[in-house]
Amino acid sequence: MVLRSRPIFSLLLLFLSSYGFSTAFASGSAIEGGEEDFSEELLLKPLPDRKVLAHFHFETRAPRTPSYGRHHHLFPKAIAQLVKKFHIQEMELSFTQGRWNYESWGGFEPIASSNAKPPGVELWAVFDVPPDDVDASWKNLTHSISGLFCASINFLESSTAYAAPKWSFRPDPGSLRYGTLPREAVCTENLTPWLKLLPCRDKAGISLLMDRPSIYRGFYHSQRLRLRSAKTSSDGTHSSIILEQTLTVVLHPDSQKMSTVNSREPTLQPSWSMSSLFGKKISGTCVLAKSSTVYLQLDWGVVRELKNLENGNQVLGVASIMEESFVSNPAFVLSDKPDKVIREVDSRSEESAILYEFSVRKHSDLGPFDLGFTWKTPVVWSCPQLPLRVSRFLMGSGNERGAIAISFRSARAREGLTHAKSMGESCKVDVNVFQVVPWYIKVYFHTMKVFVDGKPLAVSDIIEKIHVSPSEDKVSPGVLEMILKLPCTVDSAAFTLEFDKGFLHIDEYPPDANQGFDIPPAVITFPTFHVNMHFGEDNLSKKSAVLSRFQENIPVRSYTEVLLVPLTTPDFSMPYNVITITCTVFALYFGSLLNVLRRRVNEEERFLKSKGKRPSALSRLLSKLSAKLGGKRVVASQSSARSSSFISLKLILKIILVAGIAIAWQYFSE
Amino acid sequence: MAESETSKAKPRPIVRLGTLLISHSVFVSVVCCVSGVLALLLLPILAKNTYISENALMPGSASPMLSNQDASDANRLVNDLSELSSKSNNAGIVQRLVGRYISNLGAEVGYHQFHPDLSRFHPLHFFSVPDTGIVQENINCSCHGVNVIGIVRAPRGDGKEAIVLVTPYNYTNSGLADHLSLGVAYSVFSLLSQVTWLAKDVIWLIADSQCGEYASVAAWLRDYHSPAFSGFGADNAHTCDVIATHHDVKENVAMDMSSPDSFRRAGTMAAALVVKVVDRNEPFEDSLGVYAEASNGQMPNLDLINIVNYLAVHRQGLRVKVRKLFSLLDTKWLSFLAEILESLGSIARRLNPQWKFGIPAADYVDGTATLLGSLYYQALGVPTGPHGAFRDYQVDAVTLEFSPRHYSISKGHTEDFILRGGRLIEGVVRSVNNLLEKFHQSFFLYLLTSPSKFVSVGVYMIAFALLVAPLPVAAASLYAKANRLDTSLDDAKSFSPPTATVNELVISAGSWRWISAVKKVLIVHLWGTTVALLPYFISQTPSLTPVTKLAVWGILSLVCLLFPYFFLGSPFAGVSGTEGYKHEWALLKSATISAAFIGLCLMSVINFAMAEFGALLMVPMCLMVQPLKLDLRAGTLQNLARAAINLVLAFIGFPPATYYILKSTFGSFDGINIENFWCWVESLWSWNSATYLFLGMVHLPCWLLCAQILLRS
Repeated sequence: MVLRSRPIFSLLLLFLSSYGFSTAFASGSAIEGGEEDFSEELLLKPLPDRKVLAHFHFETRAPRTPSYGRHHHLFPKAIAQLVKKFHIQEMELSFTQGRWNYESWGGFEPIASSNAKPPGVELWAVFDVPPDDVDASWKNLTHSISGLFCASINFLESSTAYAAPKWSFRPDPGSLRYGTLPREAVCTENLTPWLKLLPCRDKAGISLLMDRPSIYRGFYHSQRLRLRSAKTSSDGTHSSIILEQTLTVVLHPDSQKMSTVNSREPTLQPSWSMSSLFGKKISGTCVLAKSSTVYLQLDWGVVRELKNLENGNQVLGVASIMEESFVSNPAFVLSDKPDKVIREVDSRSEESAILYEFSVRKHSDLGPFDLGFTWKTPVVWSCPQLPLRVSRFLMGSGNERGAIAISFRSARAREGLTHAKSMGESCKVDVNVFQVVPWYIKVYFHTMKVFVDGKPLAVSDIIEKIHVSPSEDKVSPGVLEMILKLPCTVDSAAFTLEFDKGFLHIDEYPPDANQGFDIPPAVITFPTFHVNMHFGEDNLSKKSAVLSRFQENIPVRSYTEVLLVPLTTPDFSMPYNVITITCTVFALYFGSLLNVLRRRVNEEERFLKSKGKRPSALSRLLSKLSAKLGGKRVVASQSSARSSSFISLKLILKIILVAGIAIAWQYFSE
Repeated sequence: MAESETSKAKPRPIVRLGTLLISHSVFVSVVCCVSGVLALLLLPILAKNTYISENALMPGSASPMLSNQDASDANRLVNDLSELSSKSNNAGIVQRLVGRYISNLGAEVGYHQFHPDLSRFHPLHFFSVPDTGIVQENINCSCHGVNVIGIVRAPRGDGKEAIVLVTPYNYTNSGLADHLSLGVAYSVFSLLSQVTWLAKDVIWLIADSQCGEYASVAAWLRDYHSPAFSGFGADNAHTCDVIATHHDVKENVAMDMSSPDSFRRAGTMAAALVVKVVDRNEPFEDSLGVYAEASNGQMPNLDLINIVNYLAVHRQGLRVKVRKLFSLLDTKWLSFLAEILESLGSIARRLNPQWKFGIPAADYVDGTATLLGSLYYQALGVPTGPHGAFRDYQVDAVTLEFSPRHYSISKGHTEDFILRGGRLIEGVVRSVNNLLEKFHQSFFLYLLTSPSKFVSVGVYMIAFALLVAPLPVAAASLYAKANRLDTSLDDAKSFSPPTATVNELVISAGSWRWISAVKKVLIVHLWGTTVALLPYFISQTPSLTPVTKLAVWGILSLVCLLFPYFFLGSPFAGVSGTEGYKHEWALLKSATISAAFIGLCLMSVINFAMAEFGALLMVPMCLMVQPLKLDLRAGTLQNLARAAINLVLAFIGFPPATYYILKSTFGSFDGINIENFWCWVESLWSWNSATYLFLGMVHLPCWLLCAQILLRS
């Protein structure tokens, strides 16, 4: 019995396993998006101002198939439910601390365009629901995300906090909602739930590097979550959801303090390694990850400098940095040998960025992977700049009115205007401005003034397209969307908008009202400029999520500063004093006014006279009593009694009238 | 029957109280005035110790991080500057040196070129902040300066707020003290460029003080808050023919920077500190002068002064001083008063140990001198330093003036001094950096009686209120008396039969008699306004010496005075028809007093200190005034004394006389120089001081009316 049963069991096992294989095979071969996959990547980049950019990129991909059911292998269930419930087509949530320095960290490059975010929280989402339901979905979404990420995103629920940009933020029409919370503080409590969405959390793989003290010590910290759907098959029937989680930090390598401040020659850039930046090393990959790669990017600026160095050193015959063999170069030393050197192919110029690829699996075989970068010669370079440097500031002072000004200055960068200038005199730079203004900043859009190169211009000359939705008190914020067409030769441009400062109701003030109120950053997009890097090899994008993102054609985008507007604030510290004195003043005023209005001249005298004629109430009562006792009828007092009752009736009528008016007033003012 | 009834009708208590006060107006006036002056003199005793009201400030809770390294770096800058200034006089080189020092710290550098505002009287834009349109045509071309600006961005901050450090510096002509002031600020700035705790950006403004310390800071603030987009270069080239120098400076400066034009900005300013080092040869110890008065007596939040004082005294061991009237320190009456108060205090303490209002005589004298100094500088309405420019933009600012003893700045000890000064400023910056909201907790209206003692508005209001209170009472009583007397006169005159109708007529005539007095007062006030506006036109005409300007002003004022006399039917000879009334002057006096009361109350809102001084001068003058003829006719000793006092008061009350008398008693008196008065007035209006308006529109008309009553026949 036992003997006989074993072959059957093994047969069953064989059958089952072959079935399993075949299904696995089938699903693998059906489409590439059919399987959930996860990849983890880290991009490191030295920055010109002695800092290092670390960009973590985790991507989880799940097919959007009904047959898949509710269960996922890798894709976080919380997010999947969110997508399903609120019909999210696309969504992006970012938590940022610090400001992206567009001047020294670059603006005209993929990371800056898609990962430089305004301080605080920014959330936008595109819904796949009928237009009427978008707001409801947004409200529910904010609450869900708020709970998911331990942040007060639910403040974006109120209609005063979010806007529906038509075309300036993204080309997507319709169901886009956008909101920011500039004052949201970002800390580990937001990072932990974000890490929970990763299959390996921060227990294995690249995310092991996320040592909280070191990543929060940085100069910029932006944690982003992006959901999008991609069509995986050509006919569009199959689509998959892609969850992209990125953490961008700018760190300062701990090096010895700059000792010679005064020296004129450039100092050596600090050398760094993963362990010196993060205090940790990568000890292995996340086993669930399809790929686990570390890239080291050198900007075109560095590459150019290095080439110059090489040209100088050509007599020595040192190997080029471009070579795969990579023995040594005059500028820097890498602690590990890269697996691959990827060159950006740029049609516009000779120099282009270089990426060194390190496969974590390979490098962490022998021990923890700790990529080190040591400079040998001082190199000074600059990052690709935005076509126009944008800054926004407040004008005016006082609590009554002010103006918002956005100024553009040409950066004269390589990609910027030299490129555009070649197109001729008539060329124009498109600048797309999207600005949300809270309702208590009452912007007068008709006061818009535009100055180009110091000359005031008519608004219609420079604005190609504009869409304005004025704010409504306590209901919706003001939204300004416009496309400015500036001449390519522009040196500086500015536009100003005047506003009045509104008054808030006392319970609308936040706890720290005296700090002032924030105006969320304006989003400036340059639709004619695109950041995308081309790499020689075609299949790179299939292999690497970061590189495929780099290859996408995104317009250059930048965010302006958050502004702080001081508004009038009541004295919160002593409300009772204020209430008491106000009430006293009102009582005095209305009391005396009513007194004056009500009393007729000499009435008091007449009253006294009549009172003298008429017996007082007590005496009347006494006389009545005596009359009763005496059995006589009271004649004189009857008329007065009637009149008094008449008066009281009148009085009651009056009171009722006043009360009625008050009730009606209350009712209509609600 | 009816009469008995009306007598029974008692008016309300408040009315009864009013009539009681009015009927005893002389007594009330004397009591109120005396107690008002006494209350003012008691203020130093009532002063409270300052305390840090905003908990978030936490001054001194962190140990200073400024190290010897920072100080020695700063010292190197000081040495470089001294070397440069001994070699050449080129401003551009110094600017570049400072710019390079800043950029080596990793901070942003900016250069701001400006022409300061021409100080000009704008009668119609008196209280308003000048907007760009006015500024454009109001540029002083004779002076051209370049401010150097360094900005440290807070590493993790959101850039919404900024703290400003200002060091006025004259690039072409500077001494060791000026270099040291840059050194102190640089040491702090270099520290702040490295620290991680910074939440607000820090702006360091090295203001070019060639055109005046205030002007350069004001020009920078103007461009910060209301920039002219229609081209700095273009328009200024039109208004000023200084294109050549412009380019020169640009070339000089452009060498070190990427974009010379861009005006660097940080967010909303939270607070500003002006740092200055002055070589006054302090004999004993390093001291720190705190200047806070901005235009029209506006003060920064008391918390800012508190943290400076706390850190300077308790952490750095500096002696903190605020300005006082030194001439008061050795006056006899004050020390006498101080001793009386001290003995009163000790007696009170003997009676009940709980009563602790006595303070030592020396403290009292010092406190009074400081208090009066505080009042004086607030009353002038002229800012006491570059910090005043910030107050116009609602930024709390204070000037810290280090005056080191000679030893501290002698060779080899500067580093120590920089360390001390730098640590103080670091502490203040750190406190302000801690601040989540803007300054709002503590007082804005206060008077200092010492660096650590203050009198708040609730207390010092009392003195003013007491001084002013008798004015309406006296006006009412005068009016009532004049009416009553004149009516009785009329009653005596009129002998027509139906008394009731005549009575009513007379009442109506009497009740409208004040109109003429009020008309007179109004005309005189109009005249005062005209006189206040005249200097605007006088100053338009160039090439006049101050003496001639003053003379022209005086003559024109007189002409203006005669104008209504001829054309408006001689308002000063009394209005025809009411000539017969003996008590016409009383009505006029009543109207004058009412006008003075209104003027003083309005002024107390704008500039309290000036209102207080004005009340001290005007209230006795207005209350005492009586036609000299009446007094002389009566001829008793009392009347003669009153006449004499009236004359003295009227003399003191005349604004130029007041100026010279005050100057000779408190200031350095170097002979009556007629020019001085014009210069003083000029400075008042060029600083847009409300004091000037007060003098022109309230004080002078009031004095004229009093003088007219006095000389009435």
